[in-house]
Parts: sequence; C-alpha cells; structure tokens
Amino acid sequence: MNQPVIDLSPKVSDEVRKTTCYMCACRCGINVHMKEGKVAYIEGNKDHPVNQGVLCAKGSAGIMQVNAPSRLRAPLKRVGPRGSGEFEEISWDEALQIATDWLEPVRRDNPEKLAFFTGRDQSQSFTSFWAQGFGTPNYAAHGGFCSVNMAAAGIYTMGGAFWEFGQPDWDHTKLFMLFGVAEDHDSNPIKMGIGKIKARGARVIGVNPIRTGYNAVADDWVGITPGTDGLFILAMVHCLMKAGKIDLHYLAQYTNAPVLVINNPGQADHGLLMRDEHGKELVVDRATGKLTRFDQPGVKPDLAATYEKDGRTHRPVFHQMAEMYLDDQYTPEAVAERCGIPAKRIRAIAAELARVAFEEAFELDQSWTDFRGEKHDKMIGRPVSFHSMRGISAHANGFQTCRALHMLQIILGTVEVPGGFRFKPPYPKPATAHPKPHVGVTPGAALNGPHLGFVQGPDDLALKDDGTPARIDKAFTWENPMSSHGLMHMVISNAYAGDPYKIDVLFMYMANMSWNSSMNTRGVIDMLTDKDDSGNYVIPKIIYSDAYSSEMVAYADLILPDTTYLERHDCISLLDRPICEADAAADAIRWPVIEPDRDVKGFQSALCDLGAKLNLPGFVNEDGSQKYADYGDYIVNHERRPGIGPLAGWRGGDGTSVGRGEVNPNQLEKYIENGGFFVEHIPAGSNYYKPWNAAYQDWAVGMGLYDKPMPYLFSLYVEPMRRFQLAAEGHGDRQPPDHLRARISEKMSPLPIWYSSEEENKAEEFPITALTQRPMAMYHSWGSQNAWLRQLHGHNPLYLPTRLMRENGLSDGDWARVTSPHGEITVPVLEMAALNENTIWTWNAIGKRKGAWALEENAPEATRGFLLNHLIHELLPPKGDGLRWANSDPITGQAAWFDLKVRIEKAAPATESQPGFAPIKSPVGHGPKDLTWKVGK
Amino acid sequence: MTTLPAQTEKKLGLVIDLDTCVGCHACVISCKGWNTENYGAPLSDQNAYGADNSGTFLNRVHSFEVQPDDGAAQLIHFPKSCLHCEDAPCVTVCPTGASYKRVEDGIVLVNESNCIGCGLCAWACPYGARELDQAEGVMKKCTLCVDRIYNENLPEEDRQPACVRTCPAGARHFGDLGDATSDVSKLVAERGGMDLMPEQGTKPVNQYLPPRPKDDMPEFDVLAPFLAPVAEEPKGFLSWLDKTLEKL
Repeated sequence: MNQPVIDLSPKVSDEVRKTTCYMCACRCGINVHMKEGKVAYIEGNKDHPVNQGVLCAKGSAGIMQVNAPSRLRAPLKRVGPRGSGEFEEISWDEALQIATDWLEPVRRDNPEKLAFFTGRDQSQSFTSFWAQGFGTPNYAAHGGFCSVNMAAAGIYTMGGAFWEFGQPDWDHTKLFMLFGVAEDHDSNPIKMGIGKIKARGARVIGVNPIRTGYNAVADDWVGITPGTDGLFILAMVHCLMKAGKIDLHYLAQYTNAPVLVINNPGQADHGLLMRDEHGKELVVDRATGKLTRFDQPGVKPDLAATYEKDGRTHRPVFHQMAEMYLDDQYTPEAVAERCGIPAKRIRAIAAELARVAFEEAFELDQSWTDFRGEKHDKMIGRPVSFHSMRGISAHANGFQTCRALHMLQIILGTVEVPGGFRFKPPYPKPATAHPKPHVGVTPGAALNGPHLGFVQGPDDLALKDDGTPARIDKAFTWENPMSSHGLMHMVISNAYAGDPYKIDVLFMYMANMSWNSSMNTRGVIDMLTDKDDSGNYVIPKIIYSDAYSSEMVAYADLILPDTTYLERHDCISLLDRPICEADAAADAIRWPVIEPDRDVKGFQSALCDLGAKLNLPGFVNEDGSQKYADYGDYIVNHERRPGIGPLAGWRGGDGTSVGRGEVNPNQLEKYIENGGFFVEHIPAGSNYYKPWNAAYQDWAVGMGLYDKPMPYLFSLYVEPMRRFQLAAEGHGDRQPPDHLRARISEKMSPLPIWYSSEEENKAEEFPITALTQRPMAMYHSWGSQNAWLRQLHGHNPLYLPTRLMRENGLSDGDWARVTSPHGEITVPVLEMAALNENTIWTWNAIGKRKGAWALEENAPEATRGFLLNHLIHELLPPKGDGLRWANSDPITGQAAWFDLKVRIEKAAPATESQPGFAPIKSPVGHGPKDLTWKVGK
Repeated sequence: MTTLPAQTEKKLGLVIDLDTCVGCHACVISCKGWNTENYGAPLSDQNAYGADNSGTFLNRVHSFEVQPDDGAAQLIHFPKSCLHCEDAPCVTVCPTGASYKRVEDGIVLVNESNCIGCGLCAWACPYGARELDQAEGVMKKCTLCVDRIYNENLPEEDRQPACVRTCPAGARHFGDLGDATSDVSKLVAERGGMDLMPEQGTKPVNQYLPPRPKDDMPEFDVLAPFLAPVAEEPKGFLSWLDKTLEKL
C-alpha cells in the first residue's frame, strides 16, 4: 500500500481572538481564528457559559457575514426620491453635522418630535440612556412585535420569564414541555439541553402546530390549533387542581394564593389584595387563625381560611382559583375540539405532569434559609420544566396565555426548585422592583426617567394631562396599558397619521421596517414615501443605521453605517439583556478582532459623537467636551449608579472587585484575557428558591443586582390588572374612554383567562391560520445575504398540510393564492404532513426585495421568496363600529401576527411570487459570482 | 482500479443520533468552514449571491417526513457525509489511485494531486457522499477532519471532527468503531445503531442511532390514579383542601 504522506498537524491559525457572536440574539462565545490578520475560521468557545464550545450554523458562517458584499461602506446621504436607493457617500463629519442640524431644534423646541427606536439592539441600556438624555419619550426596541407578552407575563407573575430570564434545570429535569418554540430563542442552550436530557431518557413534549426543529425530536408532539394554547393549559390546570395534584406547601409559602382579596362590591377597593398599613399583603395564619403579614417569621399562610370583617367574607386568592378553574368550561372534553387535541390526550399529559412532579420528586441534600427565617434541611425537587416563546406570545390572547403557563408551573411547584425552571441573574426581580414608564418632557432637557417599565395601575399610564397618549406608539395607554416594551410596530403608522401627534425625525437602528419587520409592508412603504400638500414627506426626516444594505436603507435620508460584529465594541451587560446562567451571573464583551476596511463606525460610538454634539447630559464633560471617545470608552467608564457600570467583572482600581466597584481603566483587557466574558458563580445553597432564599438575596445585593433584599410572592393574582378593571368600573380619577371599558373589564382579569380573537380576524371567511417560523440557520434578514446560509434556505415555500393540498388540488411546486382580510399573495407551495391540518406556514424573512442585500435581482430570495407580512395589518379588519382596533394584545400591545387568518386557492403557475416590488438601486453594488475562499493560501 | 487495504488498524467514524438531531445545520457549516480553510482545495461556491447558487459541502442535512400507519407524521433530520465504508466502492473504482482508504484508521481520502475529476467515485458511491468542486475540478469528501483529530497544534479535547465539536444537540459522536469497548461502539450496542443501506454491501463504518418511538405516551387509563378527582366541584374541593392542609 502506497499512501501519500499528509500533514496531520497543520498550523491552525496565527492567533485566536475570543469574542461574542452576534449572528443571532443567543450571544455565544466564539474563538475567531486569525491568519495574516484576517478571519480564517470561527468556532465555539469551550469555556463560555452560554454555548460551552458548540456553535450553530449561523455562528460558524460568521466569516461570510464579515465578508458580505452587502456591507455598507460609508455614510450615505439620499440624493434620489425615498425608496429609489440613490445615495451619495459623505464623510462622517458631514453625516453627524446633518444629524445634529436636524436633532438640535427638535430637542430645543419639543423633544417628543424625535422617535428613536432600535430594533434588534443588544445595547438597550445604552441607547435608552441616550434617548433619555435627549429628552424624547419616544424610545423602545423591538419587544413589542417580538415577545413582550412572554416577558411581561413572566415578570408580572413571577418576576422573570423564559430565555434570558431563566432556563430549565437541565441537570435534573425529567419532563420538559415546550410551547410555541420554533427554532430559536434560546438557540444553542435549548439544543444542548434537549440533547442532554434525551441522552438520559427524559421525556420531551412539544406543543406547536408545526413539527420541525425541537418539535421534530420531541417524544410527544401536540399539533395544537394556533391560539388555543391558553385553553389547553387551563384544561390541564383544571385536571391537576381537581385531582389535588398541586403543591399546596409551595402555593402557601411562596405565592399570593393565600393572600386575602378584599370583598367590597361596588367600592374602589373591591378585588384588591388586603394589606397592612405598610402595604404588606395579609394572609390568615393557619397556626393562630389571625390576620398576619405574609412575611411574618413563623407564619403558616392558610390557603383555605377566609376572614370575616364588617359583615363581609374576604377569601384568599386560592378560593377564586378553585372557583374559576374547576368550572366545567375547562374540562378536557370542553376544550378538546377547539384545541384540536383529544380529551384523552389532554388528560394523559396532565397525568404525566402530575406523575413526574409528585411521584418523581427528589431531594437535594442542601440546606437553606427562607426569607421568613425558617431553615430547611433539604431542597425539594420537582423535575418538570417548561419553556416557551413567541408561538404563544404573538397572539391577542398571548399575555393571558403566558400567564396561564406560569400558573401551571407554579401550581406544580416547579419554579426555582431543583428539576424545574430556574431564574438567571439579575432575575428574579418582581415587577414592582422595575421602573415605571416616564414621559416627562422638558424642552432642551433630559426625560424625567427611564422610558419603559412596569405599570402598577392607571396612575402609571403614559398619558398627557389632556388624557391623550404621551408616546408616539401609544404604549401604556388604555388601549394597551401594560406595554412594557413599547410598540415599535405602531410607530410609523402613528407618525404618518399624526396620531397622537406628528414627529419631525424618525431615527432607527437595525430594524427592517420597510420589509420584514413591519406588518403591512406595502402600506408602510407608502407611509415612508408619501408627501403632504406642500410636497414634503409626511414623515419629514429619517435617519437609519445598519451594517448592511437592508431594504430599509432605501427609505432613509441619512445612513449611519454600522460595523459588523467582529469590528466593534459591545457589552452584553447585566444592566440590559445579559448572558447569565441559573448558577451564575455572567456578562461579556465584543471587541474589534479586526478593524473595519470601510468608513464605518459602531452605531453606539456614533451615538457617543452625536450625544456630544447635541450636548446631551451624560455625553459631555463639565467643560462641554465629548465625554466618551467611543462605545468602548463608555463601557469602561460609565457608571449608572456609583460603582455600578455596564460590566460587572474586574471592577475597582486594582480590578479585583465584582459587581460593585470603581471604574477599572483596564477592564476590557481583563475581559479579553479571560476569553471575552466574566462569570461569577452563585454559592451552593443560594442557587435555588432565589426569590425567597435569604442567602441568594444577600448575594444579589453584594453583586449590585439589588440595593436591598427584596423577597416577594409570586403573583398568581396580578393586582395591577384589577386596578385597571376598577377604573373600567368607574373608580378613580383616571378613567378609560367609554368604548374601552368593557374590553378592559373582560381582558384584564387578574387571574389568567383565555379568549378567542377568531371573530375579529374573520375566521368564518378566512378559516386557515398562517404562521411563520425562523429557521435555526438564519437570523431574520441578516442570514439571507450570507453565501453559505443562503444555500440552506434560499427561498421559502408555503408549507401546506396534506388535507389542504388535497382539498385544493395542489401538488408540490404548484402556486397558490393566499388571501387574508387585508391582502393577497401568490406563492409556491409544498406539502408537509407533520403539520396541524388547518395551519399553513413559511420561513420568516427569507424573501428579499430586488436590489437589497447586494443579491442579484434574480436571486431566489427576490423571485420566489416572499413575506407573509403583506397579509397582516397593524389594525384589525373594520367591524362596523367606526373605530380602528389594533391587531395587538389589548393588555400589552404585542403585535398579534400569529392570529393571521387566511383562505387559499390554487393559482396559475407563475415565475415570481406576488406581490412584486420594483427593484431598489443597491448602494453597494452586487456580490462576486464565485467564491473560493481561503485565507493565508 | 485502486485496491482497499485488507484491513485497517482502526475503524474511525461517526455515530449520528437521529433521535436528537434537530436539523440545525451547525455541522454542515462548521464543516464548510474548517474544510474551506484546511485539507486540500477550498470548498467553493458558485453564483454565491445570485440565482442557482450552489457550493461544495462535505456534509449535508436532509429532512424526511415519515407517516406511521397510526398516529401523527414525523420529521426526521438526517445528516449525511462519507461513511468511510470498509468495502468502499468509491476507492476501487478510482482509475488513478487518488481515492484511498488509510490503513491506520480506515479514513477514506482523496489525494487531490492525483484526482482527475472524472467523477467515477461519486457515481460509485451509493450514498451521494462525494461532491466535485466546480472551481478546483477535484473530488471533495469528508476527511473525518484528518487534519484535526491528530493535530498537535490543537488542544487534546479539540482533536475531533469539526462537526462533532460544534453539534449543539450532542447528536454526533466520533471514535473507533473497530474497538468494541470504545464509547461509540457501546453507544451503538445500547441504542441499536444501524448501517445505512446495508444491502449495498459497502459495510459503512459510520453508524446511525434510530429515533426512539414517538407519541407513545400511555393513555389516561394507565395513569388514572394520577388524576383521580378529590372533588367534583369547588365546594368539595375546598373541604378537601382544608383536610389536606391539616395533614401538611
């Protein structure tokens, strides 16, 4: 045998630079292998808490993102009409001067005339700080159309939610149930977790109309009717309560189930929680039978006892729950048809939850002390865990559905216990510990506080003195009182309509609003390009920042070109959306592992410059000079409170302080030395029962997560919702408009409910639900330009279940016309059997506008690819009352894009998906034809 | 014609768990990245930003739907790369000796300097595991990251194929399938690992672990005790509650 000699130990690279991925929002640690100063290969960082070495397709394809021909090269000034894509390159000096000339008079005269919304921003604590300094109330990121229901329901109910807020206890869980999770959020950690638990034979149940991705590997797939998850969950709650398979000790000790509800019909306190003079919730102590504060040492809160006073019987929350959920409307038989799940199966799943939670309960030999001072020898584990995301969230009933899921977790006693769902620092953190929204505008000065927050009642709404909305997106108004993430999806249509008022400058970052990030894409394009009678654009000035030639670029007047993620500083901060684990606080940085070869600048650095030019507080020194040279400078030197900055690691003059400490000028170097991240582990004994664990609370104070211990009860009953109901019943000074009273009374139930939005979406005429999912290998538009990833998902067929294919006489590759109450698309179809029989779906954001992203105009993304967005409107179809009702959750304003109802019919064969759009002129030309990529050849 | 070794010292290969592969394509792109930069010619892409785009990949994930006679349809993700067969027809068919199977570990490789790009090996491979690189005109295939697994410039823990190192779900395993005591052999034994298309007689080294049975949760009757009602209506429930709390 004459084998050739091959080099088995080639040199891998000249150097490895460790930073943080930005190919999606997962924020894994990456090793960037450099050859001759260029990026040669990217792999996962084995030491990193998020991904522990693994990396998804997006992450490994980062090299093609950094080399993408669609990268913007220099600041751009529009020279043709909006939407034409005609620009001229200008200098940064000129670009910043233009922005300053536009923004300075706005700030001086009326800061609310700037709307600053930042899309897929990973620096919200910084961008919000800038907006606060500017003084506009109009700031938010993209949560309003993403998953605010999930986040807000979690925080209002239990002081934390899924994904960034917490994770299953992968090491102990034996039953893992996923609701409405497609391929992302959380990306790698969910895959790692599923792999881990399946390896030891734990059961995975997937609830999703579509059986792809995580649902494809689930042991049991529940192909639920979209929008009915809440009903399914309440049926399981019914079964579990009825069978007494609930954790009574947990409910009594750690939740507001035993808290008394004031019974005072017709009065302003009816239905509020009974409190003492210090505002502490009151329970009946089972030992003494007396009214007692919930946190009194030694108290045994009684779930059963009632309290008599003034001739009225006040009952605990748990009585109301029993009355509500034991009702026959929630039997499996009553909900089965609507949910598309046989009653027997609902019972089987409820029984399995009960069996695992109670029969497979276990103990960890770990003592701990609760907030009442009681010492526990062991930690009781209930090995049932849940995870959920946008699938249950992006519905008009999403907030209550997410709440119902948390209630299910809580009655099983599976939150913050071994084997269950665990919070990640800085969570747990109850809604009351978060800021409230601030809208106090003063010309020429900063806003009076943070923009976004958690309202506790009508007094906290963002209304002007005349009762009109203070914010351009109408967040925190009677239409959607608890809109904690704002409503980015309403900004352009409200600004165009001048409702609640007109704006002068629209400033956006990483938000593809003229394409896949808007409902009603065509309408939004028209709003962005429409002119008034005097020939001026209705939305006068638009500034946009993106690293790439996205569809939105063409609709802006001034482009501030961002860098790619390997060319910039960033911080993944505990002040923002951190990367912590249940057992550790963690944060991370990005740093320029390569220098840009274009005249571009990290957006946050551009804001440092612009903030200084505009003289914004926090961005200038006392002598008026620029405070932060760039974002890296800000990350190191900014202090939000004394000793608390964007990064928690290596603080203090000598770099040894953690969490709290003085500024350390060498902090970034320490992060780079450590692989780009910082981890501080939570001591054993503090890492479960965190909301009630005295040792955890003290640790969190030491870390600077809280300023004092703040143990709290989980809110099965969300009292702020009752306060809105009371207003709707006529109590209090701040009153909702009459047309919203009935809706507020009904929807703001302080205990989770389920309701349908099928009628509003005209399900009688449009009986099929249409959904989108994001593929694991792509991150919105940002993946479609990637030469490697676009070979995986180059276009997006519309997937139809077998039944609908047959009924419509369709075969794979045929074309179908899909019609909603709002619009029509004509697209290619493909059969999929593993799909709810009344649901169709496609991949999100694969479809591209011709001329965008440096793709050829005949690229399949631009010819066959399409968006469902054309079928979805930001408003519901008119219902004849003369009013315009938002296509949003009435509690949070979350865009209800998963409520989309359509009908389909076979269409003539076509060559391109419809609607078609004229090409836009690419400001960066087109990419090379062929690639034979090799660095250091 | 090229001859195969009578036997190899090891049988290095992959064990791929179809029960946990979520179809994320992480292995596909990680492979593309490593092998573009390493062994042989880069894996090129044609019409990279246009229509009819295509490129060379050594590993691809296919998805198949399975419709059981009874029950819901299933979706199986099926990653596929060279299986490093013991009786590799791609080697014996090679007219230049470019394709060969290594004696020391059984890895099937292409010596690109001897490859004339005739494509016979791709035609002979029943698995479609070889791709002719359109830019270089040579045959490309999985090398099992032969330039990683022995690479002294890599930390020991990283001496495994790029696809195995990156797989987020832990669905890919690497080892010596010729050694019955290896972790991969034990995994194959435990989980009923299978040859792909054994009827082809290629004796593939790579093994696939079949998906576990799905949708087989016991129905209500078996679990009845777990949901036996404590009461039929709220009033009865509250009296159960009171009695139960007394016992706590």
